This record gives sequence, structure tokens and C-alpha cells, in this order.
Amino acid sequence: MTETPTAGPGPAPAAGPDAGPQEIWDLRLYVTGRSATCQRAADNLQRICEQYLPGRYRIEVVDLLENPRLAAEDQILAVPTVVRMLPAPVRTLVGDLSDTERLLVGLQLKTAGGGT
Amino acid sequence: MPPTSAADAATNLLSGAAPGPELAKAPTGIRGLDEILGGGVPQGRATLVTGEAGAGKTLLGLEFLIAGALKFGEPGVLVTFEESVSKIAENVRSLGYDLDGLQRDGQLAVLAFQVNPAEIFTAGEFDFEPLFAVLADAIGRTGAKRVVLDTVEVLFGAFGSDVTVRGELARLTRWLEERGVTAIVTGERGDKKLSRHGIEEYVSDCVLVLDNRVRDEICTRRLRVLKYRGSAHGTNEYPFVITGRGFTVLPVTSISLGYGASEERVSTGVARLDHMLGGGVYRGSAVLVSGTAGTGKSSLGAHMADAACARGERALLVLYEESPEQFMRNQRSIGLDLRKWQDAGLLIVWAARPSAYGLETHLAVLAALIDEAAPSIAVIDGVADLSRWAPETEVTAMISRKLDLLKARGITAVITTLGQGDETSAVGISSLVDTWLLLRNTESNGERNRLLFVIKSRGTAHSNQVREFLLTDNGIDLVDVYVGSGEVLTGSARLAQLAARRESQARRAEDLDRRGRELRRSIAQHEVKLAEVRDQLAAEQEELERIGARARDQATEEGADRMAMAAQRWADATPRPRSSDD
Repeated sequence: MTETPTAGPGPAPAAGPDAGPQEIWDLRLYVTGRSATCQRAADNLQRICEQYLPGRYRIEVVDLLENPRLAAEDQILAVPTVVRMLPAPVRTLVGDLSDTERLLVGLQLKTAGGGT
Repeated sequence: MPPTSAADAATNLLSGAAPGPELAKAPTGIRGLDEILGGGVPQGRATLVTGEAGAGKTLLGLEFLIAGALKFGEPGVLVTFEESVSKIAENVRSLGYDLDGLQRDGQLAVLAFQVNPAEIFTAGEFDFEPLFAVLADAIGRTGAKRVVLDTVEVLFGAFGSDVTVRGELARLTRWLEERGVTAIVTGERGDKKLSRHGIEEYVSDCVLVLDNRVRDEICTRRLRVLKYRGSAHGTNEYPFVITGRGFTVLPVTSISLGYGASEERVSTGVARLDHMLGGGVYRGSAVLVSGTAGTGKSSLGAHMADAACARGERALLVLYEESPEQFMRNQRSIGLDLRKWQDAGLLIVWAARPSAYGLETHLAVLAALIDEAAPSIAVIDGVADLSRWAPETEVTAMISRKLDLLKARGITAVITTLGQGDETSAVGISSLVDTWLLLRNTESNGERNRLLFVIKSRGTAHSNQVREFLLTDNGIDLVDVYVGSGEVLTGSARLAQLAARRESQARRAEDLDRRGRELRRSIAQHEVKLAEVRDQLAAEQEELERIGARARDQATEEGADRMAMAAQRWADATPRPRSSDD
């Protein structure tokens, strides 16, 4: 498991609708090894977080090949899967996150069809 | 290998067991299903089970796994995409097994994913690698030879991309087959396709379709083997039932007439009826008791069950008209205590409203019951009620199957049915039975009485006489009817007739008696009179004699007087006539 600590909290230029300005985003990325899709998802997630949540996000990467039973425990069928643990409510996104629009809407960094 | 005879070949064909090189099969352990599949599902391959929600797919999968673990030494893994572990544990418990225990023993692993489409948001490419990883872990841990995926259909709705899901599932079944695992994949029935999302495209070696049809508000479960690559299989629609003991499929066509015929007679519990039938009915034969309402059909059936239990045999009582309580109470009123047999475990009572299930389900329930109860006699009370819910031809066919089912196992079958008072039985099943007892009401003198006829009894020289059928406090009794002046008299008419006969006999005796007394009195009177007359006669004779004697005396005296007078007057002459000068 890899932890990607970020810089300290700071004001965000474009916070999501339900994210307070000071709120820490806690994200978990489930992968299986170093497959291409998983790698892509990690890159895409990192990029978007840097852009929208600089300094106030945390990404935990969980490799299910290291602990397969976590898949059943955490109810993860597909990879890559991003789970927004915080802020509540929990949101689950499945896919390599290459569709930035879908990613932003899925994480609620942007409302569907609306601006930032 | 060529079949040994045409009969064998036919049997094989019907039972689905193909001659020739056999495909390796994994028995499902489900009663009836393995017979239809010719041994089981294809070993090391995936089988698709489709059906609507509630059709029994999950239960079939669970039984397959439990049987594998407990009967065939093949541990299994259940992957469910719908239910929680606790719900699965509940299902397993309903079959009489303990999921925790099975899991602890490493015989069964459950991987429960509750896939909620509302919670999953897709954004780009994905695969099901975690499922593979966790499944590989579970298979490695348990040494599983069987895997059930239930129900893959939900994955399509949840993950949006049908192409990806289909591709991943195809990869998964191949992956399982590579590991020599026998899999059952369940899917939902589509409108025009076998499964809503075309799972049959990659799980196609064996396809079972479960159906839960509703007609006239009665649902009937049916199973069909749509496809079985490389194996012959039964092609009909087979009714199945889900009971407390799980899934039972009834392979109807495999029932043949190849049953034996017992020479042994068993008592009906009514001594005089046994006598009429030449010693009872043959063990394993079929008895039909028909009659109009209230003629005592059920009581006769109950007697036969009671007689079996009294012999220490097991009896099954299937009630379509009454609740067990009601039936027991009614029989108690004629002195039959069935409860004690129930308590002793000899009598198994099952009651179901005819409308509770479809006909096939009733049949499958019976199959499950006789498997469970292993009775020597089965009394099925009130089959006519079934025809209220289904066309008569279907009822007849169903009863025929029921009788075959019982006969094949050597179980004496007693079927009671409402019929007309004549020989047209309501469901046209008389040709299927060996013994037909008809009960009829006769109405006369303001009362109804019951008559019993033995219409037929195969292989028996039976009585052709009619008997009056009495329901007494001590059970059924048969009594001779009074046959006289061209009619059969029963009930109080019979009693009245007997009384009248006794009375007239008495009256005749009395008449003679009186006449005798009269004559004797008359004779006595005559004798008295005779004595009086004789006395009178004697008296009159006496008097007559007295009178004669006196007359003689008088004449003598007169002569003497005259002599004396003559002597006085004319001493020398006889008296002369007197002259005037005298």
C-alpha cells in the first residue's frame, strides 16, 4: 500500500459543491498490481487532485493482489476503483478515469453539465 | 458400447443416459435433476441456469454446492452479487445445513458482493481482476471443485458497459474451466433471449431454464434442459418443487410401467370389506374410493391408513379438502385415533389446498413426501377438488402420474374422490386403478343411508353384493342389506322390514295360540254339555223303567180284583155281560 501525502491544507481555487474550503479529501484507489489501466487511473487521479484540490487531498493506493480478501471485505469487484472516503457521502468510481468530465462529476468536483 | 436390448435403449433414452463415451459429470445431488441430466452437469465446465427472480436459481446453486461438499467430497465457493452473507446463511439453514460450520470446515466459502447500481459510477476502462484474485484465493484455500456465480446479471446493470462485463465474464468462465472447476452461473431470463444480457454466448455447454408460470393464480415451477452439449438429456418440462428439504425435480417420463406386482394382501381395516375383496387389497395396488358427498370416503381412507399403522407400517395421508386437525377430529368421532400414529411417527399428514399450487407442483410435493416418509400406503383424500382448478384431462394425467409414482415404489395407493352416485367417476381415473369401491347414498323414508359396492377389483374374485356402509362409534361396519320384493332396503327401512317380519311371525303365533285356546274352551264346554245330556239321558231311562214296572203291577192288581168280584157273584161261571133285569 502506498500513501501519497500531500502538502498542508490551503484554499482551493475550485472546490466541489459539498466540499468546505478547509476540508481534506480522503481518496482510496484500488488496483491489482501494475496493470496499464490501474497505472492510468493513478495518473489521472493525481492530476485532477493537483488541479482541483492542491494541498488538501490524500490518496491511499490499495493493491488487491497483495491482499485478495480485501476485495470481498471492501466490496471491490472491479479495478481500478476510486472510493471517496471523505468528504461524506462515500462515492465510488470505477474505471481508468481517462474521461475527465466523468471523473469530475463522479467525485462531485463539478456538477453534471455545470461549470466548475 | 451397444445397448443390451431395445428396452434398455429406450430406458436410457428416456432417462437421458446416452450410450457411448460418457461426458464426465458432476452430480448436483438434487433429487430428480441428476436423472434428467444423465448424471449431473458437465464436469469442469460452466452451466447456465436462467429464470426469473424467485425461480429458485440461488437455491439450486446452493444445493449443488452443499451436495458437492457433503456428498461428493468437492468443496465449493459461492460468489453472490445480490445477497448478504447473513441472507445466504439463512437460505442454507432453510435447507437444514449450517453455513458457519461448512465454512469453518473449509468445505464452502462465500464471497458476497452487494452490487448496488446506484453507488457505482463508471469513468473509463476497468476489469474484474479483484474478483479473479479473491476467487483464486478462495479456491486455493478450500480446494474448491465447484463454483456458483449468482446472479451475474446484476453486474450488467451496475457497471454500465455491457461489452466489458460480457468480456470479463467470458474470461472468468474460461478461467474456471482451466482450473477444472465445475461452475453454475445464474442469469435472468430475457424477453426473447435465454438471458437478458446474452450470457449463453459464453456459458453454453449446458443450459437449464427455470420457470415459474402463473395460471389461474396458481404458480407452477418447471425446469427444462434447453441444451446439453455432448450429452443426451430429458427434453420435457419437469415440474419441481421447493420444500423444506430443498429442490425436488420430478422426472415424469422416466416413470414406466415396469413395477412388480405383489401377491400379498393387506387389510383395509374393515373386516367385512376384506372378506368382500377376497382378503383385502393387493399391496402396492391402487384403490379408488368414489362417491357423493358425505358417503364416508375419507373415513374409509382413514381406516386403511389406520390399519397400516396398526401393522407397524408407515402411512402417508395427503389431504386436499380438510385441515389435518379437522380430519383427525372427524375420524376420532367414529373411533379412529390417528393422532397416536402421528405421535409414533408412523403417520405423516400433509394438507394443501388444491389452489395452493399447480398440478405439477402437487405431484412434485407428493414425490418429495414419499421420498421423505417412505410409506407403505398413501391415502390421497379429495382429488376431485383439484379439478376445480384445472382442466379435467390435466387432473386425470396428474393422478395417473401420482399412481405411477406410488406403484413404482410398491406403495399401496388409496385415492378418494367425489363422484356421482353412479359409475362415472369424476376424474375418469377408474381405468387406472386396481380396485374401485363406490359409495352411494340412498334416500328413502326420509333418511339417507350409505351403500358400498365393489365395482371392480383386478385379480380378485370379489363379492358382487352390495352392503350397507355404517359409520359407528367404533368405526366402519358393513352390514347385509335386506333384499326383498325387488328392492334393496337400508337403514331404518331395513330395520322396519326386519321388525315387520318379526311382528307378523309373532302375530301368527299368537293367532294360533288364541285359536287353540278357543277350541280347547269350546271342547271343554261341549264336554260339560255332553255330561249334562248323558245325565239327563240316564235319568230319563231310569224314569222310563220305573214307569214300565208300575204299569205291570197295576195290570196284575186289576185281574185279581175282577176274579174276586166274579167269585162273589157267579161263583161257577165266568162273568157274563150284565143284563137289565139285574
